[in-house]
Amino acid sequence: MTGNTPHLPPHQDLQAQNQYAYDEIPSDLFVKAPLDQRKSEEIGTPSVSFWKEAFQRLVKNKGAMISLIMLVLLIALALIGPSMNEFSYREQNLVHSNMPPKVQGMEWLGFNGQDSQGVDQYAERDVQINYWFGTDEFGRDLWTRVWKGTQISLFIALVAAFLDLVIGVIYGGISSFYGGRIDNVMQRIIEILMGIPNLIVIILFILVLEPGITSIILAMVITGWVGMARVVRGQVLQLKGQEFVLASRTLGASNPRLISKHLLPNVMGPIIVTVMFTIPTAIFFEAFLSFIGLGLQAPLASLGVLIEDGYKSMRYFPYKLIFPALVISIIMISFNLLGDGLRDALDPKMRK
Amino acid sequence: MKRYLLQRIGFMLITLFIIVTATFFLMQLLPGTPFTNPEKLTESQLAILNAKYGLDQPVAIQYIQYIGNLVQGDLGYSFQHEGRTVTSMISDRIGPSAFIGLQALVIGAIIGLVLGIVSALRHNSILDYGSVTLAVLGMSIPSFVFAALLQYYVGVKLEWLPVALWEGYSSTLLPSIALSVTVTATVARFIRSEMLEVIGQDYIITARAKGLKENQVIVKHVIRNALIPVVTMLGPLAVSIMTGTLVIEKIFAVPGLGEQFTLSILVLDYSVIMGITIFYSALFILVVFVVDIIYSFLDPRINYKGESA
Amino acid sequence: MSNTILTVDNLHVAFKTQTGKLTAVRGVSFDLKKGETLAIVGESGSGKSVTAKSIMQLLPTATTEVTKGDIVYNGESLLKMTKRQVTNLRGSEISMVFQDPMTSLNPTMKVGKQIMEGVQRHEQVTKAQARERALDMLKLVGIPQAENRLDNYPHQFSGGMRQRVVIALALACNPKVLIADEPTTALDVTIQAQILDLMKDLQKKTDTAIILITHDLGVVANMADRVAVMYGGKIVEQGTLDEIFYNPQHPYTLGLLQSMPKLNEDRSQPLLPIAGSPPNLATLGEGCAFAARCPHTMTVCHTYTPRDTVSETGHSVACWLQDPRIAPSEEAAELVETGNSSL
Repeated sequence: MTGNTPHLPPHQDLQAQNQYAYDEIPSDLFVKAPLDQRKSEEIGTPSVSFWKEAFQRLVKNKGAMISLIMLVLLIALALIGPSMNEFSYREQNLVHSNMPPKVQGMEWLGFNGQDSQGVDQYAERDVQINYWFGTDEFGRDLWTRVWKGTQISLFIALVAAFLDLVIGVIYGGISSFYGGRIDNVMQRIIEILMGIPNLIVIILFILVLEPGITSIILAMVITGWVGMARVVRGQVLQLKGQEFVLASRTLGASNPRLISKHLLPNVMGPIIVTVMFTIPTAIFFEAFLSFIGLGLQAPLASLGVLIEDGYKSMRYFPYKLIFPALVISIIMISFNLLGDGLRDALDPKMRK
Repeated sequence: MKRYLLQRIGFMLITLFIIVTATFFLMQLLPGTPFTNPEKLTESQLAILNAKYGLDQPVAIQYIQYIGNLVQGDLGYSFQHEGRTVTSMISDRIGPSAFIGLQALVIGAIIGLVLGIVSALRHNSILDYGSVTLAVLGMSIPSFVFAALLQYYVGVKLEWLPVALWEGYSSTLLPSIALSVTVTATVARFIRSEMLEVIGQDYIITARAKGLKENQVIVKHVIRNALIPVVTMLGPLAVSIMTGTLVIEKIFAVPGLGEQFTLSILVLDYSVIMGITIFYSALFILVVFVVDIIYSFLDPRINYKGESA
Repeated sequence: MSNTILTVDNLHVAFKTQTGKLTAVRGVSFDLKKGETLAIVGESGSGKSVTAKSIMQLLPTATTEVTKGDIVYNGESLLKMTKRQVTNLRGSEISMVFQDPMTSLNPTMKVGKQIMEGVQRHEQVTKAQARERALDMLKLVGIPQAENRLDNYPHQFSGGMRQRVVIALALACNPKVLIADEPTTALDVTIQAQILDLMKDLQKKTDTAIILITHDLGVVANMADRVAVMYGGKIVEQGTLDEIFYNPQHPYTLGLLQSMPKLNEDRSQPLLPIAGSPPNLATLGEGCAFAARCPHTMTVCHTYTPRDTVSETGHSVACWLQDPRIAPSEEAAELVETGNSSL
């Protein structure tokens, strides 16, 4: 060490603040210490599983959490709402037709039983019972009908989304997993289906199938699965090219093992996100069909049917439109926000 | 390039042919004939009508005739409107639809671009959250719900704009605004995410390292590159506008193609339903095709010449 | 020291993360002289790229912050300049070449235009003059048929050609300092040599000082006048090329050299890797960052941060083994011995 006379570094003034008095370091520290191999290999942050991390990210997303709460609330109301009072969704009572909404204690919010002219219909017609959301032209309780309608709309959407999922995963999975000529043919079919505006197909099928819950679901599924199939195919193709799948194959993993252990877990995220966006689309199409007169037949109610009914008498009884419109809007917003949140949580890189 | 174009056109024709065929046979599955409803008709009158529209022929013959006529641009006669051809009904109705559709596209694109760009440049600010919220609302609230509320509050209550009907320019505004909401939301979300992605690219650092001023970097590199893929949104937007016109024309009584379509569905005017279906599909296929071509000119990385080699 | 053009003094740079501040650069100091090449060597995460980007102030201000220290260019503090002044220096006085030529050019803009942009920004020239300059630059960096290539898009160039374009772009305004951040890492080995030769050649012509950021000691040997070795956000050893390669004093530098294959050596001799993995910056406290992996570690290394020991020639080492209090034990002797015999 000759010639290496220690002296202060050139930028002494700046460094001085966090320097110690070097001369005071006891000399007995200058002895060889054992090398702790574990410490040098130590990994900085504890490893968290992918799903747990995704869940943590989702919980942090305020919009998604509020949406989740709203959806739980709406689903609960759709289930128990229709039985919360004594009316049924189909029971007519012409004496009580077109009653404005009235809720005890919520008069300040407009639930005061007054019609658009400001006349208190409850006093005028001597009605003792309060209709929370009012009644329609046949005197049917709108509270009951709105939640019954929500129930039916959600049912249609969930079943349609589930069928899309099943068909899409199978089709996309087969197409991408086997590849080659099978994939080629299956892709041409998808391309043609993509070339047709799906609303047109839905309308044509409804015309053929006669309006009803089943036919609406079927009509939506006929084109709806294509989106899911494309997502699954894209994901699997991307994964297939990656080294860990190749490695697993080289090690002799069987096809079922490859699919269940490597492909499915990695495709799960995009599938969940796609389902989350399929549901609001289905709700929209159902309402849309009802609005152009291809929906469910009275006395059955769906949100679309109620909006159509409400729209027809909007000028004089705006409350008939506002409640179902509000419910459908909240459902759509919540599903979209939750879908966004899930996408961000499951794949931060996919963030849009 | 030429070969690619020919391939694409061929594929478009095949798609269209499949759509026509499927539509035709679906129509055959429909219950009854278009003349089942007017019960006043006697047997002999029905037979005359069926013969007039060729409905007494075997389905195969009808199909070949339909395809033959279609090639010549003839979509047949309306069953409900005596003596009117479907082609003329479409051409009479397309004007108002195209007008409010394009107007909605322009309104939506301008507002959407402004919202999206501001949102991306002020990422995570109140402005950003505000426009993201607006975009979510626009994507989520069904256009007919929005249209109905717009009609009630702006038309009926405030009386600022005509409630409905097709009388002068002011009556085009409400339907166009109602239609533009989805466009605005889609464009805003898309341009925002595109810009955020571009801002994170290495070549933006290069542009800054060159010493370009921040606004030069934003305008010449970020916005320019983010705008190019917006063209690809035209296909989905065309569909959303088409979908929108079906209900919005009904709500605002616009004498457009969408209103004709919903009317024909209610009275089961098969030939008109088929005609409009085919027209919409062809339009959609054409839009997607044109968008692809435009995109290949805008983005130098895409080169269809490679495909012909 | 009047020919010093750039001084980095005790630079500290921190990232703001969700869990708090994470200091990636913790006290980096060096001088850059006119026309010389300083190589900054270190493994991934050692803070070399962050140092480079903070000189140009190209780090995103939302997530990063220079917490301490100064960067002085031509006697003026870059950190005290207005944003506008810094922007004026970028590209004209200090330029940068990035690691990946595939992503560092705007894919939708013709390369000629991308070079012209910088020229037009910094100099009072007409469009035609700027174009002329772009053409000259492309010729200078050895792009064949430069006239035709001006109007090509980046994707029409190969990786090596693209990196030539990036270099042309960086040198278009005759900068005094060129920061090259792993300029050859993303390229094929044969292309790497071409790019390095080009940079050396251009440096002779333009007398530009180069800061070369790399993890490749081969590149360093080929290019550098002086070398700074970075570890855990600090420069652990700094000296001339010969000092670092033939008289390494820091155990980390020695480890790096021993893990590099040499052509003139017995091939049966196994390469000696440095055991362990790079330190986690979030949990790094007082003491030498390399202590956990160092074969010569002492008790003092874990609790006290070693200061720089500088020789008369300017060879500086931050290691407690340099301290006179160390017992003249076998380890020190052993280190010097292995250090010398390894080359």
